[in-house]
Amino acid sequence: MSILIDQNTKVIVQGITGRDGSFHAKQMLDYGTKVVGGVTPGKGGQEVNGIPVFNSVKEAKEKTGCNAAVIYVPAKFAKDAMLEDIANGIPLIICITEGVPVLDMVEVKKALSASPCRLIGPNCPGLISPGKAKIGIMPGHIHKAGDIGVVSRSGTLTYEVVFNLTVNDMGQSSCVGLGGDPIIGTRFVDVLKMFQEDPGTKAIVMVGEIGGGDEQLAADFIKNHVTKPVVAFIAGRTAPAGKRMGHAGAIISSGDSTAEAKMQMLRDAGVVVIDFPDEIPQALASRLIA
Amino acid sequence: MKIHEYQARNLFAEYGIPIAEGDVAQTSDEAIKIARKTGFPVVIKAQVLVGGRGKAGGVKVVGNEADLVSEFNRIKNLNIKGYSVERLLVARAIDIKKEYYLAVTIDNIKGDVVIIASADGGVEIEETAKTHPERIIKFYLQGVKALDEARWAPVAAQLFSDVRLQKSATSILQKLLKLFFEKDCSLSEINPFVINGEGNLIAADAKVIIDDNGLDRHPELVALRDMKYEDADELEAKEKGLSFVKLEGNVGCIVNGAGLAMGTMDAVNLLGGRPANFLDVGGSSNPQKVLSALTIILRNKDIKVILINIFGGITRCDDIANGILTALKQINIPVPLIIRLTGTNEKEAKALLTQAGLTTYTSMRQAVTEAVKASK
Repeated sequence: MSILIDQNTKVIVQGITGRDGSFHAKQMLDYGTKVVGGVTPGKGGQEVNGIPVFNSVKEAKEKTGCNAAVIYVPAKFAKDAMLEDIANGIPLIICITEGVPVLDMVEVKKALSASPCRLIGPNCPGLISPGKAKIGIMPGHIHKAGDIGVVSRSGTLTYEVVFNLTVNDMGQSSCVGLGGDPIIGTRFVDVLKMFQEDPGTKAIVMVGEIGGGDEQLAADFIKNHVTKPVVAFIAGRTAPAGKRMGHAGAIISSGDSTAEAKMQMLRDAGVVVIDFPDEIPQALASRLIA
Repeated sequence: MKIHEYQARNLFAEYGIPIAEGDVAQTSDEAIKIARKTGFPVVIKAQVLVGGRGKAGGVKVVGNEADLVSEFNRIKNLNIKGYSVERLLVARAIDIKKEYYLAVTIDNIKGDVVIIASADGGVEIEETAKTHPERIIKFYLQGVKALDEARWAPVAAQLFSDVRLQKSATSILQKLLKLFFEKDCSLSEINPFVINGEGNLIAADAKVIIDDNGLDRHPELVALRDMKYEDADELEAKEKGLSFVKLEGNVGCIVNGAGLAMGTMDAVNLLGGRPANFLDVGGSSNPQKVLSALTIILRNKDIKVILINIFGGITRCDDIANGILTALKQINIPVPLIIRLTGTNEKEAKALLTQAGLTTYTSMRQAVTEAVKASK
């Protein structure tokens, strides 16, 4: 089993005529993902790697019956791309684009809250259910089908973690990259819940970072709702202290967001917190046997 | 992007938020001219982009020209948390009757804009938030870009008993919100927000932070960046599409992705080395970025080894390999290069580098171990 996507997910690629969009559309297709169309306004009727291009999400949905969209458009167009998906009721939206202004995301969040759509990202690597489908930019070949769920705020660090799992013969049910921006569509807690409920997932690997309050919320959630083993890695223990943002930032943030504080909260929630990505397989093995 | 108080005050003025009359001065002569216009007493405030300037002696109220000159010169010579004082704000001192707190910011977890208000303004506001959270009002905009006045009215009444002040505060808040949205702010804060001797509300300080991702929409704001607070190498890196932070060690790091870059720094430390920098070449890297990264890192004379750790996703390993080969032709690299490449187009990249006689690694631990060894 897997979460969010599988071999039946039909994907459209927004920004398919751009450098990244066309390259990754081909990569996804080669991996076996059902890439059924692309969208670039004004370029409808063309084909990219044999994939038909449409002028709008509406047209693409009518012609292809897609149920997921992945966005590779430049940052200044990303908000409109996401809003177009939401307006057309695309159930799963993955925004790869980085550099989206925060206030644009406030608008997108508002539109999401009134819709049944789920957004992953922005500024994220996307997600993969190995052997079934990948939507995003991760290198497919480092993954392997299996029963470990991976959820992360990072892109390349996730690949590092997955690579270590795969070479140790620990396949993955799904790997979800949440994205590194302040406002994102899907958070640790959402994905932890899905992995907990997924019969195809036996254990969970969580990759966090310094800053923000998501790992703390995740620790709370794990303590109360997750019975499957969880192993975590938190990046940025040796990063120089960040610069503060006025008083409002401190008033609004939920406590200590250093790597050490997050690691402690996760340990207190029963999570095995490791120091080096290549220690994850052993930590998982010990928890799965125990 | 943080901007100075005097720059934030200019934005406040542009949006009609009341501020005390005044201007920014670089010399005591300029300060006197301003003070003669506003009248004494004036408050003079060091313009630095770090907190705690009041506690460092960077804020002073003066009543005459002689005191203005001596205090101006004293503050001008201060060093506040490592920064010299280039400019001071000179403004008519406000006769403060009561201090409030008013700010607009973003709650990332809720993904919503939030107004934070309190009848206990001033420098101890964070302490109040911890010890008396009930005295801090958080009012969420619920995704709309304007104040829902019917929903806000009871909050205004809770803050001010006087109806005139409720109306005045609401009007100022609407202007603060307009500024917040139109200028892509991540924070616009008035602390303290005060009632003056005439019984009117006025902003006694101004703090604005602009969302870096929003700057493309505001060329007029880009010019407000104070270059003194930016490391020259870090700025150049930013222009070249790299994210770079200089550190104290001797292992130069070139990594793709912020998470892996942090993970690599952690790994260098964990295995007994000291990273010289954080450097993220970003996604979609073209070969030119690698050349820029190597050029910037090599300016640091402490460097003993350069560790290149790439896990290709949107970044293609062959782009990185071509960048390394271009760099080797164009610049002198006097230290060993430890190259780890895995992921998208890894085979092509390794073939290119092997052909050029370079060793590559697949395991991060192995590469970091080699780099730490070479740094000793």
